[in-house]
Amino acid sequence: MSWERLRQQLGEGGPVYWRGLEELAQTQEFQEMLQREFPEQAGEWNNPLTRRQFLILMAASLALGGISGCSMQPPVGKIVPYVRQPEQLTAGKPLYYATAMSLGGVATGLLVESHEGRPTKVEGNVLHPGSLGGTDVFAQAAILELYDPDRSQSVTYLEQPRGWDEAVNTLRAALEKQRAVGGKGLRILTETITSPTLGEQLLGANRSSMRSRFPFSHWHQYEPITRTTILEGGKLAFGRAINPIYDFTRAKVVLSLESNFLGCGPGHLRYVRDFMSQRRVQGKPADTRMNRLYVVESMPSPTGAVGDHRLPMRAEEIEGFARALAVQLGIEGIRGGDTGSEKLHRWVRAIAKDLGMHRGEGLVIVGETQPATVHALAHLINQTLGNHGTTVAYTDPIEVQPQNQLAEIEKLVQAMAKGEVEILLILGGNPVFNAPVDLGLIQAMQKVPLRVHLGLYHNETAANCHWHIPETHFLEAWSDCRAYDGTVSIIQPLIAPLYRNKSVHEFVSVLFGGVERTGYDLVRDYWREHWPGRTTGTNFEGGWERALHDGIVQGTTLESRPGLRASTDWLARTPVKTIDPNAMELVFRSDPGIYDGRFANNGWLQELPRPLSKLTWDNAVFLSPATARSLGVKQTVGIQGGEHGDAITDQVELTFQGNKVVAPVWIMPGHPDGSLTVSFGHGRTRAGHVGTGTGFDAYRLRTSRAMWFGSGVQARKTGGSFTLACTQMHHAMEERDPVRSGTLAEYIQHPHFAAQSGGELQEEFQEELVPVPHPHPGAGDQSERRLYPLTLYPGYDYSPPRNRWGMSIDLSVCVGCNACVVACQAENNSPVVGKTEVTRGREMHWLRIDRYYTGDPFDSASVKTYLQPVLCMQCENAPCELVCPVGATVHSADGLNDMVYNRCVGTRYCSNNCPYKVRRFNFLQYADYATNSLKLGRNPEVTVRSRGVMEKCTYCVQRIRGAQIEAEIEHRPVRDGDILTACQAVCPAQAIVFGDMNDPTSEVVRCKKEPRHYGLLAELNTRPRTTYLATLRNPNPELE
Amino acid sequence: MIEQGAKSETRADTAIPAPVGQGYTFGSVSDKISALVLTGRTPRGWWLGFLFSFLWLMILLYAIGYLVLEGVGIWGINIPVAWGFAITNFVWWIGIGHAGTLISAILLLLHQQWRTSINRFAEAMTLFAVACAGLFPLLHLGRPWFFYWLFPYPNTMKIWPQFRSPLIWDVFAVSTYMTVSLMFWYVGLIPDVATLRDRARSRLAQITYGILALGWRGSAYHWHRYEVAYLILAGLATPLVVSVHTVVSFDFAVANLPGWHSTVFPPYFVAGAIFSGFAMVLTIAIPLRAVYHLEDFISDWHLENMAKIMLATGLLVAYGYFIEAFMAWYGGNRFEQYVQLNRMFGPYAVWYWLLIGCNVLAPQLLWVKRFRRNTTLLLIVALIVLVGMWLERFVIIITSLHRDFLPSSWGMYSPTIWDWATLIGSVGLFLSLLFLFVRLLPIISMFEMRTLVSETQVHEHTARNLGEE
Repeated sequence: MSWERLRQQLGEGGPVYWRGLEELAQTQEFQEMLQREFPEQAGEWNNPLTRRQFLILMAASLALGGISGCSMQPPVGKIVPYVRQPEQLTAGKPLYYATAMSLGGVATGLLVESHEGRPTKVEGNVLHPGSLGGTDVFAQAAILELYDPDRSQSVTYLEQPRGWDEAVNTLRAALEKQRAVGGKGLRILTETITSPTLGEQLLGANRSSMRSRFPFSHWHQYEPITRTTILEGGKLAFGRAINPIYDFTRAKVVLSLESNFLGCGPGHLRYVRDFMSQRRVQGKPADTRMNRLYVVESMPSPTGAVGDHRLPMRAEEIEGFARALAVQLGIEGIRGGDTGSEKLHRWVRAIAKDLGMHRGEGLVIVGETQPATVHALAHLINQTLGNHGTTVAYTDPIEVQPQNQLAEIEKLVQAMAKGEVEILLILGGNPVFNAPVDLGLIQAMQKVPLRVHLGLYHNETAANCHWHIPETHFLEAWSDCRAYDGTVSIIQPLIAPLYRNKSVHEFVSVLFGGVERTGYDLVRDYWREHWPGRTTGTNFEGGWERALHDGIVQGTTLESRPGLRASTDWLARTPVKTIDPNAMELVFRSDPGIYDGRFANNGWLQELPRPLSKLTWDNAVFLSPATARSLGVKQTVGIQGGEHGDAITDQVELTFQGNKVVAPVWIMPGHPDGSLTVSFGHGRTRAGHVGTGTGFDAYRLRTSRAMWFGSGVQARKTGGSFTLACTQMHHAMEERDPVRSGTLAEYIQHPHFAAQSGGELQEEFQEELVPVPHPHPGAGDQSERRLYPLTLYPGYDYSPPRNRWGMSIDLSVCVGCNACVVACQAENNSPVVGKTEVTRGREMHWLRIDRYYTGDPFDSASVKTYLQPVLCMQCENAPCELVCPVGATVHSADGLNDMVYNRCVGTRYCSNNCPYKVRRFNFLQYADYATNSLKLGRNPEVTVRSRGVMEKCTYCVQRIRGAQIEAEIEHRPVRDGDILTACQAVCPAQAIVFGDMNDPTSEVVRCKKEPRHYGLLAELNTRPRTTYLATLRNPNPELE
Repeated sequence: MIEQGAKSETRADTAIPAPVGQGYTFGSVSDKISALVLTGRTPRGWWLGFLFSFLWLMILLYAIGYLVLEGVGIWGINIPVAWGFAITNFVWWIGIGHAGTLISAILLLLHQQWRTSINRFAEAMTLFAVACAGLFPLLHLGRPWFFYWLFPYPNTMKIWPQFRSPLIWDVFAVSTYMTVSLMFWYVGLIPDVATLRDRARSRLAQITYGILALGWRGSAYHWHRYEVAYLILAGLATPLVVSVHTVVSFDFAVANLPGWHSTVFPPYFVAGAIFSGFAMVLTIAIPLRAVYHLEDFISDWHLENMAKIMLATGLLVAYGYFIEAFMAWYGGNRFEQYVQLNRMFGPYAVWYWLLIGCNVLAPQLLWVKRFRRNTTLLLIVALIVLVGMWLERFVIIITSLHRDFLPSSWGMYSPTIWDWATLIGSVGLFLSLLFLFVRLLPIISMFEMRTLVSETQVHEHTARNLGEE
């Protein structure tokens, strides 16, 4: 390199930009470097010989790439590292998004946990009026439904896979023909719809709605569990459709006429919270107040189990009871108000007196299973008692189009049978399976030339349709929905559709709107145009962001209508039904696990022990012990799992209005005599691998004349027997008092009635220690106050800043709804084991809800139900730790009883030595390692256990450690309420309290200081950290 | 050896019959016993018996294969009954083993000469029973491939076993027991193996027995050291007779489960172990004696002695049952009371009463001398006791677990075909080993019997003298 050469280059106008003087000089060395190293293969390109070689190699590799492209493809998606970190996302840290789940058209606001874009856990949305942070089992199990491998994944025509475009073109062509006749032959069948966006798409005034394009088309709604009776009751009493909303925070006396308002139905999570707020006993016993609940019902429900008084009554007799009550309250014009028996009359008198003494603070609530007249009567009674505007309010219905759904499905079937229907679009639902059996829906459907089904599963209805379009799950799509009080939530997706399915909005938009639009645009545009007061640009953007963040759309709550007056003129018009007391009654109920059958393929819900019967995987004919005796049917304990799983029952053949079904019986203490209850939803034929063939199909007995109950069922013992999987067949407490209970009066007199001996740390928390005298009079120290024996060993030093975790469960407010059970399963990756394993006593729930009965089973009214969630007690003196030979279960420094899965060899000695039997063992390989879609839904913070390993509740240790890390980053101690265990977080009643017992201000310490506090089996000196508050009831002295 | 025999002379009592039948010499004793091993043809009966046992052993292997493939869920165990047949079988087999050690060690130290004719196969039986027993704790693990985590071995994880757990004590107790029993048995075999070596005609047998004989030449030094070693081993084995089953009983007694948590367990378990052990020795001795015509070595007197021990231990066990029931009532603990009543009248009552019949009633026959002398009846009683002792463990384990504290978690247990296969298979393993033993090693200690020949002669002489006076 020389100066001359450089000057020459610059002077000649060589490269203006140069990387180094070498390039500028264009030296030989630079040329070599350029070819050899920097731009790869540049050398080969310049050399004609090696260039050939290079091209051959490139061609070969491209060809190979092409071949591999034709082979089995990995799931669509590109694996690329984040170039820029997405907003708010830190790998490994979950994010939460607000969304909502709709069931029966009613939204429950949710907050869904997402790990790297995969939804893994559902929590309640604290801001949502229908949740307040609680969720139910269905919302908890939504994760499993989303990842269900049996979900429908492709468009089919006559069960053969087809393309989406082909389906759209066919349907558009068919619709084009309908345009000429204004859509006379077009019918749409949906479930209950409260989505404003879908309402607009179907009935809106804009050009692309169904109604504007096909003015003569008709939209029917049908699903098996509806509020039709409520709607009709409102029409009777008020002459218009209404939506009753209850305020339990102001109700001191509540009468439920077969309303399971604590177990299911619109707003039940909110109602549980409100109701229990008046039942939670805190503070000085002398000042204690509790509400009072009377329940009159047929099939025992969680609400009945909680009630202070429960009157078992055949469903058809409840109307008479309501009339008698109305008469007793002095309402004019009531006919048929004679109860017939002195015993019943005593109830009517006592309840009427109690309600009368609490004017404006009482409430009569009626379940959707009772006919419209009972609802109307309740409106009258509530009005008479001055409860309108205090405990009950009325709004407009939350449905887009309130319909008598029974009438709608009848109309549709008639139209189809007459051949008037050319195109039937079934958007969601499963009417072929769940429509009233007497209508002949399937036969009528065959006359429709084009039947299309949009649904999550290729179910029974899809099998009877030409086209099936797979629908998106609610966690995959944009939509909106109203809560029980009308508040709208935007349903926002947590994940892109797993199988490129379409949401109902997208499908409807393609059919009627012409162009394919995304669900996001559809929902957002609706709100941009229709959000009152927020339709302008910036105003909308801010509000939209807020709505998505909070999970509720401001200003959409429906206003109550204070001026409504219930009339009495309908009373004369409605006939009083005569009841044949000797005829057997058949009652229909939804399944508390799989609802109307839609969740049949959800293993979590199938395996969930039903709240009171503790049955899993099957339904049964529920009857009282006396009815069972009169029918000559029995149930016995099998030897495989015994009382813990293995129930062998007789089968009966039910004949009702000409339809027959063979079903196993289940004896239910507290069930009224002369009545049989069946729950529908089981007996699916096309549910999927999990749900097909469980139980029997009770819809085959359900007719349009008896949607919820009917008289005249014949039951005949077939002689066959059937094995049911029931997790707890033992009913009695065997004088062991696991559940301690008392009345409010007893509590005020003896606040410490439950404290026989203490749980962990009760000694220091109990301000007034109860003396525990020596069991033998005259022996020992009768004034002994020590609650656990002296020991030579020094206790572990848990003093601050260490934590000392503890839990308190208030049995008074627990309704046994099971949400905690499913939440625990979802949070902790607990496997589903199947019916056979449950019958062997091997179900894997870490948290179970024990159910006990007291009273005479043959006197249904005397039966009282007690519920007790039982999870690991995290004993301070844990019997399990002592006996593990490999130290796989050990005590942590903050008092947890840890389970080290990696170390467990599976001797099962710990389970034998656990007095609570809360440990669960992987007897076989239960965790599903094979199904890919299920892997996405697992909680990445919890180990998936292999076979041969013991497992149990850990107080959600992953959440504890997460909160501790968070606190450490912020240089502060963990605050009370930072950690919510999975069971605690979902509990609508807030019965479960978890916290640090070292923090004197914590909620858990407050609970443990309550006089009702007791430790389960604490007399064994296990010193449990999970302790209970004894259950309290507030019975009416007049009925005792 | 001669000296020892001479010493016992003074202890000879006319009431005690001769330990060996009439007319035996040192040579004929060795001939008769070693012939069982060294005759050319294997008897057809042996083949049949071995084939049968081997078939059962194959069932065991199949059951184990399936178990490892699928998991312990193939058995009937569940929550709450997390222990079932496996632990029942373990305790049963380990109990059976106890008779061998008792016979060889304790009776040796107590100078009970009559033990000589039965100690060899009793010890072998101990080993095989412990081998069967040892299988079960291993197989019943959820992850059996990690069984070695129960041993205190140095490891990179720096984790020790959890020494407070009775299962760890079990590991030590059983492995010590196995080791000491094996050594005791083998040391006792050495002089006899040397005899076989010397008498063997085939090269293979000569070499095999030669290696096993460890160069035994029968010198006085050898005999001296042998005697010392044997005594030391007997001293070591003696506490094991008591300790092993005591530790096994801790598996239950240490737990807080009503029906398990009981201080009577250790002595009651040891008595039960010896009870079942002698039943097993009788079960083996009676057919063996008949088939191989060993009446001269294992006389009715031997059998009667064993029957007496069985009766005595049976009474101890019966006392255990009684005291369990009594303490349940007297203790006033609601849970204990329930367990006891549930055992007697609950769903497993049949098994409880069957066990009472087997273990308490059946041995009462042995009060009568005529019955003790009836070998067929004795065999039947021994078999009944074996079944009874198995039932005892079953009842203790299952009835305590299936209904414990909280009624909500009560359940039941019933065995599956795989439970049965493992139990039957373990019997197959035991019998297969026993058949091989009978064919390959002297079932009666030849050299010790030779000691008794001289003693018998002295015995006869004394009797004659007494008669003359």
